[in-house]
This record gives sequence, C-alpha cells and structure tokens, in this order.
Amino acid sequence: MVSIIGLHKKFGKNPVLSGLDLTINEGGIFAVLGPNGSGKTTLIKSILGMVIPNEGEIKVFGENVKNNSNYRHKIDYLPQIANFPSNLKVKELIRMIKDLRQNTSEDQHLVELFKLNPFLDKKLGTLSGGTKQKVNLVLTFMFDSPLIILDEPTTGLDPISLIRLKDLIQAEKAKGKTILITSHIMSFVEEVSDEIVFLLEGKIYFKGSISELKTKTNQPDFEHAIASILIDNHA
Amino acid sequence: MLKILKYSFFDLMRSRWSYVYFAFYLLLGTVLLFLNNDLSKAVITLMNVIIVLVPLIGTIFGVMYYYNSKEFTELLLAQPLKRSSIFLGQYLGVALSLSMSLILGLGTPFVFYGLFESSAIWDFSLLLVTGTFLTLIFTALAFNIALSNENKIKGFGYAILLWLFLAIIYDGLFLMTLIFFEEYPLDKLSLVGTMLNPIDLSRTLILLKLDISALLGYTGAVFKQFFGTSFGLIVSFVMLTVWVVLPVLRILFKSKRKDF
Repeated sequence: MVSIIGLHKKFGKNPVLSGLDLTINEGGIFAVLGPNGSGKTTLIKSILGMVIPNEGEIKVFGENVKNNSNYRHKIDYLPQIANFPSNLKVKELIRMIKDLRQNTSEDQHLVELFKLNPFLDKKLGTLSGGTKQKVNLVLTFMFDSPLIILDEPTTGLDPISLIRLKDLIQAEKAKGKTILITSHIMSFVEEVSDEIVFLLEGKIYFKGSISELKTKTNQPDFEHAIASILIDNHA
Repeated sequence: MLKILKYSFFDLMRSRWSYVYFAFYLLLGTVLLFLNNDLSKAVITLMNVIIVLVPLIGTIFGVMYYYNSKEFTELLLAQPLKRSSIFLGQYLGVALSLSMSLILGLGTPFVFYGLFESSAIWDFSLLLVTGTFLTLIFTALAFNIALSNENKIKGFGYAILLWLFLAIIYDGLFLMTLIFFEEYPLDKLSLVGTMLNPIDLSRTLILLKLDISALLGYTGAVFKQFFGTSFGLIVSFVMLTVWVVLPVLRILFKSKRKDF
C-alpha cells in the first residue's frame, strides 16, 4: 500500500530522515510516534509529496510519488495545524474543496456530527482553534479514500468531539481502510492503534504492536515503554 | 489550473485593495482629463505614472499575496492537484485581477470622454497593453522572490530593491555608462540596454509612439529608426513576452523543488 525505501531528507544541514525504510500494509491503524523533531511530519509530508526527498523512493498504491499528483485522489489528509484562508466562510471552504476534488454529500453528516451548523456562515479567521480542527476533520473525512493520514488529530478537541473522532476512526477502519496517525497523546494512541512505528533520529527504531513493545522494553505499560526508549537513547 | 485561477481571482476581487487600486486609476484618469482637456497630453502624464506605479504595485501585491495565501497553498498541495497548476493559477489570479483594475480604472473615464472618436485611441491602447505586460512581468518576478525566500521581511526587502533597481537605479547606471563611453558609438549599446529593462522598454515604446522622439536627441533618431518600424515593434513585444515567460518558467521550476 505504502512502501518507502531508503528515504533521506535534509533541511539545510540538518538531517531529518536518514535512510528510512517502511512498508505499510492494507487495512488497520498505524501510529507514527517519536520525540519532537524526529521526522514524523516530514515523513507524512513526503508521502503526500509536499516535501521532496533528497534520496529514496516512495510508492503509494504502486505509484511512484515523484512528480505525480494523481495518487492523492486516494489519500485524505488532516494537516497538523489547521491554517485556513481566514477570509473564507466555512461553507465556502467546504464547497471549494469539493469543487477541487469531487462532489460528496458526506459533509452534511459530518457537520451535524461535530455540531458545526452554527458556524457555517462564519469566517474561518474568527473560529476558535478547536472549531477549526473540527472543520479540518470534516474536510478530511468527507471523501471516501482508502488511505487516511491524520497529523495530530486530537489537537484542541473537547472530550465529546474526541469520542466522536475515535468512533469515526473505528468506522473507517471497519470499512477496510488504512489509517496513519501521529500523536503525542499516548492514551489515544494506545486506544486506537493496531501497530506502532517509532521514529528516532530519522530512522525507524521500532515497528510492531504495542504488546511487542512492552515485552521488548520490559515495561508494564505503554507510556513507560515509550519513555524508556527515550531515556535509553538520550541519557 | 482554471479552478485555482478562479478562486484566487475572486478572493482578490473581494479584497479591499483591488477596489482601492481600481478607484485610484479611476480618479487619476478623470482628474487628468478634466485638468488637461487634451487626450494626448493626458496619455503622456499617465504614462509617467503607469511606468513607475504599475511595477511597484505588481511587485508588492505579488509578494503580499504569496505570503498571505501560504495556508491556502498548503491546503491545495495536499489535494490531487499539480504543483504547476496551483502556482500558475495563483499567479494568473493576481496578475489578471491587477490588470483588470488598471484597464477598467483607466478605461472608464476615457471611454466617457470620447476615446473612440479620438485619434489617441492607439496611443491609449498601447499604454494599456504595456501596463498589462508590466503587471504580468512584475507579479511573476515577485512570485519568484517570494518562492525563494521563506522570510517575509527579506522577501519584501528584495522585492522593493528589485523595483527600485529597475525603475530608478538602472537608468542612473545606464546614463553613467553612456557618459563614460561617450567617445564611442553608443546607439547599439543603448538599444540593448533599453531592451534589457522592461520599464525602459515600455517607456521608449510609448514615447516613440507619441511622436515626441525629437526630445530624445540623436539617440532618439536611432531609436525611432528601430522602434518606429514594425520590426522594432515586434522585437519589443517579443522582448516583453520573454520577460513574462522566463520568470513564469522559474516559478514552475522552483515550485516543483520546494518543500512545504
């Protein structure tokens, strides 16, 4: 589904990804974890073609990502910081994205789910961070693509919306989709993900299920397992 | 690309600045006509304003739009759209909305004044055509600067410098070269020098069309010989087109390799 071979990326002199290999099979929820600056967002943006790698090959559904835009029809992406053009209304933004991609009626259901109806006629610049994130979620989930990439999806959400988001993710998984998530909220990751990929210094340090990680690090719970990796490598 | 163009264009059309720009030209055109009462003279005055102002507005607007729509661009980049169509669409959106403000703002008062019955219609059209070319050129240059500079302040700085250089400093250097080498035949050099700066090229093109080349002295005669012919006119427009095409190609080249 997604295969990455020998991915290298430097920003200036600062190497972010150094020889990363990763294969993600179809179906299931994958969490990409790692300390700040370990290259999670760079990895995701490379898959999306927003960051151009220095070396390496990325294939999504067998299509090489380089100089290609067509494969993005099969990806729904939730960006990390919901920065939208501030002088657009919520309604207009939804209509515009539909116009640019394809028509769908799923947005009405999602708007209702996240209780966004009162905000439809408001400009995006006037919305709070959490509300922007909900709009972001609507834009991401309204298309029915086989690969969903969520970069810090929980940012700014209230508890009810968080529960709805989890339900939404599970519903998409039940349809056989592949979901790629990055998050710093360990309890969220533990709850939703089937498999985790741990990035450290631009390489994959660990790939497997949470229980495998616990046995590998000899720790009783997930949060401490992650912490022990970080302590062992930075102390 | 057309969809991006449409959204950028309407986004700008709704912004206050397009109206301010439009209103400014409307006012300028109306005032000049009432004060001058002579179409040809009004065209000359307009030329002096346009030659300096259009590049400045094109540069500033181009840089400003690029930095302001960064979020919009990032949103678009994650969609199944080609990079070339995103950036070309945005560029054309800015350039066309600026050109429209210029053409409508200046055109309206002149049409009411009775442009169509006047012989100045060709001079006036040439003025609008070169104005549009200058908008296309300087917006493209501005996009180039913004694409190469992540830092907004630097980007604005370089953009202003570019304008200052082409609108003012270039002429100064050019003049100094001419004085320095005055003992040599300079007609070829000054022709090439004029061709290499789109602002100078536009100014010369309009001045010669207005038949006041006598003001330019000996070089004027050489220029008249060159630009006055249809060959010269064609070469000049080819040059202006090259000035549009090269920066646009660099926009495409640069945007393909940029990380967002």
